[in-house]
Amino acid sequence: MTKDIKIRNYHAPVWSEPIIMELSQKGQRGILVPQSEKEIKKQVGQASQYIPSDMQRRELPQLPELAQPQVIRHYEHLAQQTLGMEMNIDISQGTCTMKYSPKVNEILASKIQEIHPYQDVDTIQGILEIIYKLDLCLREISGMDQFTFQPGGGAHATFTNSCIMRAYHDMNGELAQRNEVITTMFSHPCDTASPRTAGFKVITLMPDENGYPDLEALKAACSKHTAGLMITNPEDTGIYNPKIEEYVKAVHDVGGLCFYDQANLNGVMGIARAKEAGFDACHFNLHKTFSSPHGCMGPACGAYGTTKALEPFLPTPIVSFDGGKYHLDYNLPNSIGKVREFFGNVEVFIKSFAWILSMGPDGLVEAAQASVINNNYLSKLLLAIPGVVKHYAEGKVRLDQVRFSWEKLKEDTGIGTEEVQNRMVDFGIQSYHTSHHPYIVPEPFTPEPCETYSKEDCEYWAAVLKQISHEAYTNPEIVRNAPHNSSIHKLNKENLDNPEKWAMTWRAYQRKWKNKIG
Amino acid sequence: MKKKLGLIVNPIAGIGGRVGLKGSDGPIILQKAIELNAKSESPERAIEALKRLVDIKEEIELITYPYQMGEEEAKIAGFCPRVIGQIKRNETTANDTQKAALAMLDLKVDLILFSGGDGTARDIYQAIHKSLPVLGIPSGVKIHSAVYATSPKNAGNLAYLYLKENTKKMQIGEAEVMDIDEEAFRNNRLSAKLYGYLKVPYEKNLLQGGKTGSSPSEDSEVEAIASEVINLMEKDYLYIIGSGTTIQPIMKKLGLTNTLLGVDAIYNFKLIGSDLNENEILTLMKGKKTKIIVTIIGGQGYIFGRGNQQISSNVIKKVGKENILVVATKSKIISLRNKPLLVDTGEEKINQMLSGYIKVITGINERMLVKIDY
Repeated sequence: MTKDIKIRNYHAPVWSEPIIMELSQKGQRGILVPQSEKEIKKQVGQASQYIPSDMQRRELPQLPELAQPQVIRHYEHLAQQTLGMEMNIDISQGTCTMKYSPKVNEILASKIQEIHPYQDVDTIQGILEIIYKLDLCLREISGMDQFTFQPGGGAHATFTNSCIMRAYHDMNGELAQRNEVITTMFSHPCDTASPRTAGFKVITLMPDENGYPDLEALKAACSKHTAGLMITNPEDTGIYNPKIEEYVKAVHDVGGLCFYDQANLNGVMGIARAKEAGFDACHFNLHKTFSSPHGCMGPACGAYGTTKALEPFLPTPIVSFDGGKYHLDYNLPNSIGKVREFFGNVEVFIKSFAWILSMGPDGLVEAAQASVINNNYLSKLLLAIPGVVKHYAEGKVRLDQVRFSWEKLKEDTGIGTEEVQNRMVDFGIQSYHTSHHPYIVPEPFTPEPCETYSKEDCEYWAAVLKQISHEAYTNPEIVRNAPHNSSIHKLNKENLDNPEKWAMTWRAYQRKWKNKIG
Repeated sequence: MKKKLGLIVNPIAGIGGRVGLKGSDGPIILQKAIELNAKSESPERAIEALKRLVDIKEEIELITYPYQMGEEEAKIAGFCPRVIGQIKRNETTANDTQKAALAMLDLKVDLILFSGGDGTARDIYQAIHKSLPVLGIPSGVKIHSAVYATSPKNAGNLAYLYLKENTKKMQIGEAEVMDIDEEAFRNNRLSAKLYGYLKVPYEKNLLQGGKTGSSPSEDSEVEAIASEVINLMEKDYLYIIGSGTTIQPIMKKLGLTNTLLGVDAIYNFKLIGSDLNENEILTLMKGKKTKIIVTIIGGQGYIFGRGNQQISSNVIKKVGKENILVVATKSKIISLRNKPLLVDTGEEKINQMLSGYIKVITGINERMLVKIDY
């Protein structure tokens, strides 16, 4: 890259927007709900009689009272202050796979507003067809035999897997003995948290200089107590474990199950499959790899698929097809039960399905390849910046993301990853994802330039970090005191664990600090 | 109100290293080192650390001892230090280090930055114990204490953060002060003692909100480990409890008096021995099934052989590897940077028995697989 990148002179709007509760004016209303007609009131009676008595409020809710223009203005202000995905080059959110969500799919998905999940199956054949065909697509991409779309996100999918592992071993009478799940330090933290929540003890393996755990270490962790392995590959460092089949075999040899957390699918999609590595189950984040919007904690979907052996344990219903009609199949006798209401987040399925169809099988492979090329291009640009280093797997190619380190910058200048994070928003780029906790790579940052970012996008992103590095070496105060052009200044990053100091709701705040009843 | 930084440089720390003298405690050894044309690295390293603080030199008051115990280093780095105390130029002793620390405690400095090795750390500990936060610039020959930054530059960075932003980014923890008997070391015998704990600031890896969520505090991790250990404790088993900051909460949760620097014994949740030596441990073990609970002591990753020799090879032999529980926080294990845990029981066969992999207890239903070596 030789051409000069012009860094934007960005400034965020600053509204000093109060909490909506503070904007409340007693008596203001946005909508006056019309009264029902006398005959209807007489026939129907009080609304309160339809609500179970133990669910009835004893006091009125203290909703803020505003008219419509004031409400709109408030939320527009907040939206303006948010450096959202569509506003900036969101390469920053590594491991999230922030790819473009086609607008046309929003319009397609909005059509489900007319439908209710309790409708007769005969009247929702269209939705069921979409779910069924999405299932078939994901089976092809993964090699698994059956999918469920109930889990509402990745951690939900890994928890579903933990419950299925539990049910499987329970059915074989081995659950008491098999109380350990193995995972790795660089797998997603939910691969540790979910099995623990399901009652397992979790053994974490540390990476060696290659960036993934030694096979000998894995074998040392395997025993008759092993319920299974839950692993990400490539891990958040972008390093692919080339011996993954041997890992799976080691766990199978002691009678454990293997689950493939495919949050990081984007770099291997259409190229490598869970089945060929020997996995018993896997999950995909439809809101990551399959373009459904991330939606800030939802709606999302952790599509979870298994081999035939684990199918009997899946949550019900499953969508089946008899050659003529689509059905909701509740007949899985060993099912762990429902993990979510109804069928899951249907609008997410529609968007993912539409995206898969629009890409086609060749398009999916191309997306994976483009993301790997983008990542390696960005990596070259970033490693040329003074202060940036990369740990592990020297000389090996990474896939769709890399975990970098500002450790050299920190030692040379005292400026570390947190300071860089605060400064980058001054250039119109969202703060990057550092790493999950605990940090193993010191002063980390993890960008992910997936396939919908252009070469110019990668160059701009790298140019911003190059600028900040230059500032750290020549004028560190400007980095230390950043952000300068954002909507707010530095956040107080204390843990919110002192009830004397913090209130978690407006009501609690009033009670604690203004002695109001509520 | 200006923050006060105390600076103590041990000008002879590290002098024994390059010429193979394994330390510099004592005038005879020092004389030998000088004869061998040895040069101490301590002053240079102190300057390297101080350079990191030059940006805030107007905002802090740097208080130090005369000549090479800090005055010269501070001036070279660009400071105008306040010089206190009296020493004989070119003839400094451990006594001077202690007097300096006490004087700085009197002046209520916010942090003592010291340059030296384990011996220097021990001197500071003897003078002020845990009354002030201190931070070591690594410059000694033998660095087994856990009170040091990873490099002189990082010592400066940490001091900068502590003085500038204080509690927002930093936390104070306790770190082990170790010392190795130099005489024995020179005769190829290793005998390490756990001297005590100093208060040391460390950087919290804060990150809230966004994708990462918040990380549990060190305190809650250590509490969780204590809960897990207590859950695992069985009736009619003797537990030999080592020392270390991660072990303390276990004893506290059980309501038992803990020997901070020594080995205790618990049986059926009652304290049946305090500050035990090897023979006392072996006596208590007679006729009882026994387990050992230890943690990582010092900055080198030792679980046996540095600071808990009372848990000797004889004791370990009788207990067996499968009855040894190792506890540590994830951050402590990560700070070893892929190096294994170390054992030095004095007996090769026992070292071999202990080596291999072990599941370290890092929390409730949480284990980390770590390698042990010798």
